[in-house]
Amino acid sequence: MVRIGAFLVGLFFSGWLLVSFIMGAVAYVSEPPAPTAEHEFHEHPKHVSYSFDGPLGHYDKQQLQRGFQVFKEVCSACHSLKFVAFRDLEALGYSEAEVKAIAKSWAIKTPDVDPKTGEMSTRDPAPADKFPKPFANNVAAAAANNNAIPPDLSLMTKARHNGTAYVYSLLTGYQGQPAELLEKFPDSKTPAGLHYNPYFANLNLAMAPPLTADGQVTYDEGQPKPTVDQMSKDVAAFLAWTAEPKMEIRKQSGVAVIFFLLIATALAYMSYRNIWADKKH
Amino acid sequence: MSFPWANEYTPKVPLMKWIDERLPLPRLVYNAVGAGYPVPRNLNYFWNFGVLSGLALMIQIVTGIIMAMHYGANDLVAFGTVEHVMRDVNAGWLMRYAHANGASFFFIVVYLHIFRGLYFGSYKAPREMVWLLGLVIFLLMMATAFMGYVLPWGQMSYWGAKVITGLFGAIPIVGEPIQTWLLGGFAPGNASLNRFFSLHYLLPFVIAGVIILHIWALHIPGSTNPTGVEVKGPQDTVPFHPYYTAKDGFGAGIFFILFALAVYFAPNMMGHPDNYIEANPLSTPAHIVPEWYFWPFYAILRAFTFDFFFIPAKLLGVLAMFASILLLFFLPWLDTSPVRSGNYRPMFKKFFWILVIDVLILGYCGGAPAEEPYVMISQVASAYYFAHFLIILPLVAAFERPDPLPGSITEAVLGKDYDGAETAAVAAE
Repeated sequence: MVRIGAFLVGLFFSGWLLVSFIMGAVAYVSEPPAPTAEHEFHEHPKHVSYSFDGPLGHYDKQQLQRGFQVFKEVCSACHSLKFVAFRDLEALGYSEAEVKAIAKSWAIKTPDVDPKTGEMSTRDPAPADKFPKPFANNVAAAAANNNAIPPDLSLMTKARHNGTAYVYSLLTGYQGQPAELLEKFPDSKTPAGLHYNPYFANLNLAMAPPLTADGQVTYDEGQPKPTVDQMSKDVAAFLAWTAEPKMEIRKQSGVAVIFFLLIATALAYMSYRNIWADKKH
Repeated sequence: MSFPWANEYTPKVPLMKWIDERLPLPRLVYNAVGAGYPVPRNLNYFWNFGVLSGLALMIQIVTGIIMAMHYGANDLVAFGTVEHVMRDVNAGWLMRYAHANGASFFFIVVYLHIFRGLYFGSYKAPREMVWLLGLVIFLLMMATAFMGYVLPWGQMSYWGAKVITGLFGAIPIVGEPIQTWLLGGFAPGNASLNRFFSLHYLLPFVIAGVIILHIWALHIPGSTNPTGVEVKGPQDTVPFHPYYTAKDGFGAGIFFILFALAVYFAPNMMGHPDNYIEANPLSTPAHIVPEWYFWPFYAILRAFTFDFFFIPAKLLGVLAMFASILLLFFLPWLDTSPVRSGNYRPMFKKFFWILVIDVLILGYCGGAPAEEPYVMISQVASAYYFAHFLIILPLVAAFERPDPLPGSITEAVLGKDYDGAETAAVAAE
C-alpha cells in the first residue's frame, strides 16, 4: 500500500516537474529573456590589496587615520556612523586627549536635553558618544539628498559582497555612460540627478562623486599623495575597520587556537591508534 | 544494554556505589556512552558524525545562552544589540561568529550523518524508530535555525521570515489566517521577533530531549556497521569506551580545526551580506535567499512554475517542499531490500551517488537567483529527487541482485580464516 501510494505521489511530482521543464524550455527558446543593461554593464569590484588581507593581516594605523580624515572631511556630511563611538578611535593610534579633542570639535553636535530646562538641545560629543547623525531623521535625510537616504556606513564593507573592494571601486568608478550602452539600451539613459557608476547594482547612483580632485583632503607630511585613488583606498580601509573592529584580535587568536588544536588533534590521533593497537578493524 | 556480553557497571569508589544504589545515574551513563555499550568493531569515520552533531548542539546552546544575555528581542533595538555583542561585549564577536558558523557546521555534520544512514541502510529494521526520531530532530533543527536567523533583524532576517511564513499563505482558505497567526500580525514585526526568540531558546532543549530518545532507540538493537551484517557474538564488538570515545576524540579534533578556521578566518563566508543591513520593510532585497542549508528545499519550492489545473504553482511548490522531507519518514518501508549496506548493493550504490550529486545541484540552484537556466535545472533535479525515493528505490529493491555478504563482522575484518584465538580471548574477558 505504502509503495503504491509513494509511486503515485512520485509520478505526480516528477511528472509535473518534467512537464514544467519542457514548457519552460520551450518558452525559453521561443522567447529568450530580454538582456538588461544592469546584467551586461554591471562590473564586479576591482582588485585592491590591503595590509589586513589574509590570515595574518593587520590594519595599517596610518592608513586608517588617513581614511578617518577623508570620512571626517567628506563622507560625514551626509553619512552616519552610528555603531562607532569616538573612544573607538583610540584603536587607530590616537591618544585619549586627541580623541577628546576630535569629539569636542566634531562639526555635528550630539542631541541632548538641557539639564536645567528639559528642552531639546545639543552639546559637543564626548569620547563615549557614538558619532552623531548628520540628519535629524530619515525625512530630513531624504529631503536634503534628492529623495535618497544616505546609508549608515558602520557596517558597509560587510553589507556588500567583497565590501572593501566594492567601496573603493564605487568611489573611483564614476564615469560617463558608455556609448555602447546607450546604443544597445536607448531607454537606459541615466536620469537627471543620478550618476552613472558600473560598480553600483543598478548602474545609476544617487550619490554625486564625493572625491573629485586630487588633494581634496590634505594629508599630513610624510603620507602618500592624496590622489582620488589613494583617498578612496584609505577611506575603504577605514570602513573595513568600522565594520570589523575586532579583526586583528580575531585573526591573532585564531592562529593560536589552530596551533593548539593541531597539537591536541595529533595527541588524540595517537591515543586513538594506541587504544586500537590490539584490535584489527 | 542490548548484548549479554556487555560489561556490567561495578562502582570502584564507595561514593559511586552509594550513589548507584540510590540513583543509578552513573550506571545509565556507563551503559549509554561508556564501556557498557558494545559497538561493532568495524565502524568507519562516517560513524563519527552522530557524536559530532551532539557536540555542535552543545556549542550552539553554550554560545546562544551567552548571547541571549546581551541581546534585545525588540524590533527597535535587535540589530543594534547584535552589534553591541560584536563590539562591546568581551569576546562577544567570538560568541556570535561561533554561533552563526556553529549553525552551519551543525547542518554539515547532520547532513553527513543522514547520508551515512542513507548509504548504509541505517533506517532499515529493526532501527526504523532511530531513523524516524532522527528526522524529527532534523525538522526541529530547521525550525530553530530559521527562527534564529530572524533574530539579528537584518534585511535577510526580515524578508526570509516574510517568504517562509508566506509559504503557509499558499494553503487555500486557511492559509492567510495561519500566516497572520504565526507572525502575530500581517507582516513580520515586534510580535514575530519576540515569539521567534522565545521559541528559538526553547527548541534546542526539545532537540536535546529527542536526541535522548534517538540514542535510547539506537541502543535497543545497537549500532549498525559498514557491512550491514548484525552483530553475532562478542568478537564482533568492542566497548564504546575507550575504543570509540578515543576515535570520536580524534574526530572532534578535526571538527574543531575546520570550525575554528571558519570562525576565526572566514566568519562571514556562509552568511549573506544583506543581513548586515538593518531590516527595512520598505526595501525588498534583489534576491531573497535563505541560509545555505535550506537551498535544496528552496530549489524544490521554486521549481514549480505552472499551475496543475486548479492547484496553483505556488501551492504545489509548498506541498512538494514539505513532501521532500516527509517522504523520508516512509523510507524504511519504501526500500524493502533485506541488504542494508550500499557496499553490497551494486544498483543501489549507483543511484545513491546520483542522489548525492542531485542534491548538490539542487543546493546550488536554490542559492542562485530565480532565473533561467537555474529554474530548468532545479526542475529536472527535483524530478529526480522524488523519483529516487518514491519510484526508483522500491524498484531497485525488487530487481537488484545484491553481492554476497560476509558471514560476520569479524570475518569481514579479519578474512574468512581468521584466527580463533582472538575470539576466545574476547569471550574470556
